[in-house]
Amino acid sequence: MKLQINTLLALYSVIEFAADPERQVAAAEIADKYGVSPHHLAKVLAQLTHAGIVESVRGVGGGYRFVGNARRLTLMDVIALFEDFSSSTLQRGGGAPALPVDQALGSVLAEIDQTAKATFSSITLATMLGLVRKASPAPAPVSEPS
Amino acid sequence: MTSGLDTVRAPKPVSRERRKTASAEELLAVRAVRRADLEQVIAIDASVTGLEKRRYWERVFRRYGLAAAREQRWFVVAVQGERVVGFLIGEVRDWEFGSPPCGWVFAIDVDPHARQQGIGTRLLDEAKARFARAGVSKLRTLLHRDNLLILSFFRSQGLMAGPLIPLEMELGSS
Repeated sequence: MKLQINTLLALYSVIEFAADPERQVAAAEIADKYGVSPHHLAKVLAQLTHAGIVESVRGVGGGYRFVGNARRLTLMDVIALFEDFSSSTLQRGGGAPALPVDQALGSVLAEIDQTAKATFSSITLATMLGLVRKASPAPAPVSEPS
Repeated sequence: MTSGLDTVRAPKPVSRERRKTASAEELLAVRAVRRADLEQVIAIDASVTGLEKRRYWERVFRRYGLAAAREQRWFVVAVQGERVVGFLIGEVRDWEFGSPPCGWVFAIDVDPHARQQGIGTRLLDEAKARFARAGVSKLRTLLHRDNLLILSFFRSQGLMAGPLIPLEMELGSS
């Protein structure tokens, strides 16, 4: 399973915003953190804004803010803005009819897509934030001054 | 047995007023099912699945509700006072599908009018505690991929896809 770069950027951004919905995060901060061009990221953020998942805040200290419901919004809701899971039918160029091998391969690919879709659809942003926390290294113990 | 898990539908919207009333009810408790609870269990299942399965639940009660402790299978209910608001059925299975003993959750359901109160979490915590006391360190369940409500619930509780892959076929199709 490989997601397009825009989809991954959208997921990184939404997770970043949802981690602290009160905070306005500058696009440049995310672009810098994930090593992508701000111009590229801007297109992704525009799509997320249009979908009502984030809102842009203008002015000094402006940026983007998460406005979705982290307990309801799933990874699939974000992914579906950028990827098409609707069909795994293999098509031949020039309008040639599909061969039996195309249909057989198509059914195997559809099985993979359906499983991936169910997985993405069952993981909410809130669950994802929990997984991120779990994967984060534990903070170093603070030593007592002697 | 897959009751509840593969047939649960999205809950009907619960008004804020009704939720407030429910949360004001007596404290939630989780305990072993009793014969007198069965009607309410059947009603919850019917309200969720749209199908009343009385004979099926009688059999489930005899197998799980009346099991001796050493049989390591449980049928527990979540109650608020006398009202049953959810149930869970689980069992330790040894070497099922070639895997070492682990705890299977076969069914979990919460009254649609009592959701969003942490009842499912309490039921699952009870199952985890019973499985741990039985000496197993893994919990498994199986449900339909379209059942996003319960899938999301289990995901939120930390369950991830396991190594088993369910396979099936239509008999007579090959």
